[in-house]
Amino acid sequence: MAVNDRPLSPALQVYRWHLLMAMSILHRASGVLLALGAVVLVVWLLALASGPEAYVRVSGVIGSVPGQVLLFGWSAALFYHLCNGIRHLFWDAGKGYDLSAAYASGYAVLAATLILTLAAWGGACLVLGGS
Amino acid sequence: MAQFRLPKNSRIGTGREFPAPEGARNVKRFRIYRYDPDSGANPVMDTYHLDLDDCGPMVLDALIKIKNEIDPTLTFRRSCREGICGSCAMNIQGGNTLACTQAISDFSGDIGIYPLPHMSVVKDLVPDMERFYAQYAAVEPWMKTETATPPDRERLQSPEERARLDGLYECILCACCSTACPSYWWNGDRYLGPAALLQAYRWIADSRDEATGERLDALEDPFKLYRCHTIMNCTRTCPKGLNPARAIGEIKKLMVERR
Repeated sequence: MAVNDRPLSPALQVYRWHLLMAMSILHRASGVLLALGAVVLVVWLLALASGPEAYVRVSGVIGSVPGQVLLFGWSAALFYHLCNGIRHLFWDAGKGYDLSAAYASGYAVLAATLILTLAAWGGACLVLGGS
Repeated sequence: MAQFRLPKNSRIGTGREFPAPEGARNVKRFRIYRYDPDSGANPVMDTYHLDLDDCGPMVLDALIKIKNEIDPTLTFRRSCREGICGSCAMNIQGGNTLACTQAISDFSGDIGIYPLPHMSVVKDLVPDMERFYAQYAAVEPWMKTETATPPDRERLQSPEERARLDGLYECILCACCSTACPSYWWNGDRYLGPAALLQAYRWIADSRDEATGERLDALEDPFKLYRCHTIMNCTRTCPKGLNPARAIGEIKKLMVERR
């Protein structure tokens, strides 16, 4: 029996998920999402630069219900990536490695993401609703 | 690279079922990963029904009972049965730990037992540890000095200097942490993994060792050290309660400080 014919033991298939692991992959996923969001931002700016007709067309897509849902997702990804990035800065400074601290900072990041996202949309609704 | 599906020869089938002895009242089901290199067939999950009223309290007790009384072909490593040798490290109900210090009563339902994750399987619950040990050897885990040893005494340490090694020297190299780490799963050929890095830091942190610069040079590499993304699976799973994530963080800090 050749050594390289040996099976590979299951990993992702059997490992039990937990908050810290999920938040780590979410950090990467939100980073990827933000890169895509940056492309949309550039498209919007290009439309803005190339005249009112293009701008109205792109704004229409962004302002539609699916567009707004995506925008909400991007804003949540932005705040999550920002807050979790700050958590990583603490780790890089050598702080917060105790399991209890890692869980506490994890919950704090999730709470901050929720609050900042809702505050941004609440603020936007107030400003736009008032005009 | 991340792999979301097991290779063809590693996909797990359904195995045999071993019913509980007659009259058993406190029955628990153990689902255990089986791979027989002689048959070459794909791995399967065998199910053993055990009477817990007639079994020791730990998962290792159950494995030994199965091997002694039900199925002598079941293969696993074990030695000290008290959490100091590190032989019986395996994946129990989705977490890596030592079978000898893991109580059966911690789990309410069935107990699924697999070899340490993302390792080449020699047989049943026995993974090939060769690469893991090579990575340990690669950090040169011994004291290196330039100065001559004092002629009249040992190299002394203050109690504070000695205290810096607490939480580092207790590692038993069971590989629970490294094989719990997704970075190690996907890049285990180039990333040293939490166990080897904890040991690297154990020598970096030792006041008597005089090769700190050389040790840091050896780790300054995009893969060996920096594949750690602070997922914390290592710290969460360590059966000895150590914190490899912090040790890796300390190494990263030293890398920045010496620039």
